[in-house]
Amino acid sequence: MSELSVNNLLGIKYLNTDDLKLIFKTADNFKEVINRKIKKVPSLRDVTIANLFFENSTRTKLSFELAQKRLSADVVNFSSSGSSISKGETLIDTVNNILSMKVDMIVMRHPSPGASVFLSKNVDSCIINAGDGTHEHPTQALLDAYSLQEKIGDLKNKNILIVGDIMHSRVALSNIFAYQKLGANITVCGPKSLIPNDISSLDVKVETNFKKALNDTDAVNMLRIQNERMSETYFPSIREYVQQYGLTKNILDSLEKEIIVMHPGPINRGVEITSEVADSEQAIILDQVENGVAIRMAVMYLLASKLK
Amino acid sequence: MKPKKILGSNEIETILNRLSFQLIEDHNSFEETVLIGIQPRGAYLSKKISKLIDSFDPQNSLKLGFLDITFFRDDFRRTEKVLKASSTSLEFSIENKIVVLVDDVLFTGRSIRAALNAIQSFGRPKAVKLLTLIDRRFSRELPIQPDYCGLQVDSRLNEKVVVNWEENNDSVYLTSNNE
Repeated sequence: MSELSVNNLLGIKYLNTDDLKLIFKTADNFKEVINRKIKKVPSLRDVTIANLFFENSTRTKLSFELAQKRLSADVVNFSSSGSSISKGETLIDTVNNILSMKVDMIVMRHPSPGASVFLSKNVDSCIINAGDGTHEHPTQALLDAYSLQEKIGDLKNKNILIVGDIMHSRVALSNIFAYQKLGANITVCGPKSLIPNDISSLDVKVETNFKKALNDTDAVNMLRIQNERMSETYFPSIREYVQQYGLTKNILDSLEKEIIVMHPGPINRGVEITSEVADSEQAIILDQVENGVAIRMAVMYLLASKLK
Repeated sequence: MKPKKILGSNEIETILNRLSFQLIEDHNSFEETVLIGIQPRGAYLSKKISKLIDSFDPQNSLKLGFLDITFFRDDFRRTEKVLKASSTSLEFSIENKIVVLVDDVLFTGRSIRAALNAIQSFGRPKAVKLLTLIDRRFSRELPIQPDYCGLQVDSRLNEKVVVNWEENNDSVYLTSNNE
């Protein structure tokens, strides 16, 4: 297979296993490119991409922009603060105005779940979801799976644990879809109040005891508590959360095998993981960031080849 | 049109021997020269030539690399065909070296144009030479000519030159494009 089955990247849900493999294969090539002295290729020099960020972002925004520049695309950036959104313009109007300026591709982050799916149905352009509320964050899941595969090989039948705020995390949902499509077994772990009731419909195991969950896992993805998305209290105190679900060096050392520690960032050091763990050999957090650029180059390259 | 055999394995062997000796003659022990096969098909040829040079001159210091030009092509989004990337592996510096680019068939010259751009990411070579097994002359779209050439072939635009690399049974055929 040498072509994606989709014309937009709205979520991992819409991709098939071959798509994931093609993206990874292409990312291998781009990873080699970004480690050259001159990190640029001219592939997308006649493609214009708009980055629409309706929500804060550091890593994802920088990573997308670097990826675009290394592909030689023209880039325009938009963030909702200081824009006409505050004057009452709708999302469709905003995007159509941007498209009128002959933009070929839209990368969008939005606080509302489903925003990118909604947009793809209402405007005629290629849409890449850079995170939509609590729904999906497909490029993050792709770079997570790619980074993990780089460390431990084929993910088939591997056990992967996702810990923390499963309810509010788009990374969790995209991760579950991506790992499952690659044949891995998923366990989610966290306070009951932060695990959605209907999670079992996704064919994942639920475990509220963190230490027990860690025992038979190959890799653990530690998520951040998404305070900004919480309108009520989900657990008694941060201190109690840290005691039950914080990953420390002691816990890691007490395990039978050496597991891989992942984190999508931003890290709250001392909450979900200690500094010692974050900076340890077992953590691949910075590899994830490096691979993020290669993965996003691959996604945009493959989608651009399908532009009309 | 029935595929027409242009070269058989014996002829190819003779040509490759000649090309290898030409390279040895011009580049001595290859201290200042590197060989770069253009992926995917030039890679086979460059490996064969590098092996031959090793057998003729076991003391040589020839370095061999492979260059993928996919992301430098000028037909991205302009052809129905999906461009599939191969891997680049250049484990040495090309700064101030003589680079011999190797490809199996020189046709329009566009792949070589892309390769010339692509190698710029790895440094500034002292000079770039081109070696091809087949030169389809009269079909060039860019001003590019080989420095080392196996065989010149006269062909129509709707024909295709197919090089088959098979153990002990290499061959080159001329076929019509729609086959």
